[in-house]
Amino acid sequence: MWPEKIKPIYDVIVIGSGPGGLAAAIAAKKNGAEDVLIIERDIELGGILVQCIHNGFGVEIFKEDLPGPLYAHRFIQEARSLGIEVLSDTMVLDLTPLRKINAIGKHVGFLELEGRAIVLAMGCRERTRAQIRIPGTRPAGVYTAGTAQRFVNVEGYMPGERFVILGSGDIGMIMARRLTLEGAKVERVLEIMPFLTGLTRNYVQCLLDYNIPLELRHTVSRIMGNYRVEAVEAVEVDEKWNPIPGTEEVIPCDTLLLSVGLIPENELSRKAGVVLDPNTGGPVVDEGMQTSVPGIFAAGNVVHVYDLVDWVTEAGFVAGKSAARYALEIKKAVRRKVRLVSGNNVRYIVPQYLDSESLAESDQSIQFRVVRPVEEKVWVEVTDGEHLITRKLERYVRPGEIVTVKIPQKAYDAVQKADKLVVSVAKSQGDQNA
Amino acid sequence: MPEIRTKIICITCPVGCTLDVTYEDQKVIKVEGNQCRKGIDYAQSEIKDPRRMVTTTVKVIGGLHPLVPVYTSAPIPKPLIFELVKRLREIELQAPVKVGQVILKDFMGTGVDVLAARDMPQAGQKAQTGSG
Repeated sequence: MWPEKIKPIYDVIVIGSGPGGLAAAIAAKKNGAEDVLIIERDIELGGILVQCIHNGFGVEIFKEDLPGPLYAHRFIQEARSLGIEVLSDTMVLDLTPLRKINAIGKHVGFLELEGRAIVLAMGCRERTRAQIRIPGTRPAGVYTAGTAQRFVNVEGYMPGERFVILGSGDIGMIMARRLTLEGAKVERVLEIMPFLTGLTRNYVQCLLDYNIPLELRHTVSRIMGNYRVEAVEAVEVDEKWNPIPGTEEVIPCDTLLLSVGLIPENELSRKAGVVLDPNTGGPVVDEGMQTSVPGIFAAGNVVHVYDLVDWVTEAGFVAGKSAARYALEIKKAVRRKVRLVSGNNVRYIVPQYLDSESLAESDQSIQFRVVRPVEEKVWVEVTDGEHLITRKLERYVRPGEIVTVKIPQKAYDAVQKADKLVVSVAKSQGDQNA
Repeated sequence: MPEIRTKIICITCPVGCTLDVTYEDQKVIKVEGNQCRKGIDYAQSEIKDPRRMVTTTVKVIGGLHPLVPVYTSAPIPKPLIFELVKRLREIELQAPVKVGQVILKDFMGTGVDVLAARDMPQAGQKAQTGSG
C-alpha cells in the first residue's frame, strides 16, 4: 500500500528506515508532527536489522533479548499504527540546505519533496579492502562481513567453504558463528589490535563456543589466488602495525571476510552543507541532534557508530522529537502572520502582514494610501472580512496623504481568529460603496 | 570433591562481566564480579548445563526472500545446537509466514519452540510499505 497521495511538503521527512530512522519517525509523530514520511531505498523497512538475525537486541529498551528482525518488526508495527507514510524502493538523490529533496523510485518515478524538518538516518557503511590496502592479487572471494551476512541470512547464498576473517568486530565474530552453523569452516579470526574490538560476549558465544581461533596483533599481509582466493598470508605485527619478518603463515582458504570498521554514510549530509566532525565521520550535532543546518537532524549510526541498537533507537527518539518541534515552530511562524488586504478605496497597506502575537505586546499601527480623495468625514474600518475589528473617523482622505490606523491590543482575540484583515474606507453615513 | 575456581564471561547482556565463580560438584558456591542478578543465574547455568539461544534461517517457498530468520523461544543445551540447525535445514515453509509463527515445536523434549523472527510476505506483495 502506497501513500494515497504523495504530498509536496511534509512536517518531517526521515531518510532511512533502520532503527534510527524508525525511532525518529515514531518520535516525530508522537511529538505533534502531523505528517511524517520515511524514504527507504530497500524494498522493505528495517535497514541492517533485516540481515542481523542474531539475538542480543532490545536488552535495554524492551528488557528482552530479541533477534534483529523481531526488534525491527516492533518499530515497523508502531510506525504503521501511527500512520507514518513510507516510500520504499525509493532513493534520495539530493538534499538542499533549505530541506528540499530529490528522490527517485521504482514505483513513484522522480519526486521533488520538501520537509519542514529532515532527519538524516542513512546509517553507516563498511570499510572495504581498498580502504585498508591489503596487498596481493584481486581474486573473487573477498567480501565485507556485512555483504556475506546479507548473502547468508537474506538471499540464501553461501559465499564460500573455508574462511579467514580479518577483524574482531562484532559482525566478524557473529559471521564466524553463523558460517560455522551453516557448515563452513572458519580457519581463523585475525585482529591487528592487541585487544578484541567487538563485545566480549561475542567472543564467548561466537568464537569460544565453536573453537574458532582468534589471533590478536595479526593481520593479512597478502591475498593469494588468481580467479578465486586460494589462501591468505597472515603475519604478526609490532606496536606500530608493521609486519614482523619471519612470522608469516599461509592459511589456505577460499574466502576472506573483512570486518574492519564502519563509516557513517554522509554523502547527502555533505550535499546539504552539513558540517561533519572528522573524528566521528558524522555530522556535528547539538543535544537535540540538530546538525549545523537548521531543520536538519541526524539519528543513529549516521552520527557515530554505536555499540548497541538500543542506543541508536534512543538517539532516534531524540532526533525525531527535536525535528517535530522544529517543524511545528515553522508552521506556527507561517500561520501567525495575518495578511492585510486592501478593501474599498485602499491602494496599498504597509505592513502587508501582521504577526498576530504582536498585539500581545502593544497596539500596532498600520499605514495606507487611498485610491480616490474623499473630502468629507469617512470611517476607516478594519474587518476580518465580515466582522468589524476596529474603526477610526477621518475628516477627509487624500491619495497624497498616508492614513495611519491603530489596531488596539484588545483586538488580540479577533485577530487570532482572522485569516486576513481588510482595510476599507467608508462614508460616515455607512455607505461602503461610495 | 574439591572447590574449583574459574572465570566465566557473562553473555546475558552487552556489559559482559567477568565472573569469578567458585563451585563444587556442579554447584555454585560463590559468584564475584557480576553487576546484576542475572550473572549469578548465568554462572549456575554455565557450570551445570550451558545453554545458548540459537538463531538461524529456514527455507521459504514463494516469499519476498527465500529464507525467514528464526529463533529459539529460550536457550537450548549447547550440545544440541548442531542437531537443531540440521533439523531446521530440512524444513520448507510456504509464504506467507507470520512473525511468532511456530516453526518447530518442543525441540527434542526441551520445551523450547523455534519461532519466526519476522513476517515473510509472499513475493510481489508490498507488505512493509505504505501507510496505516
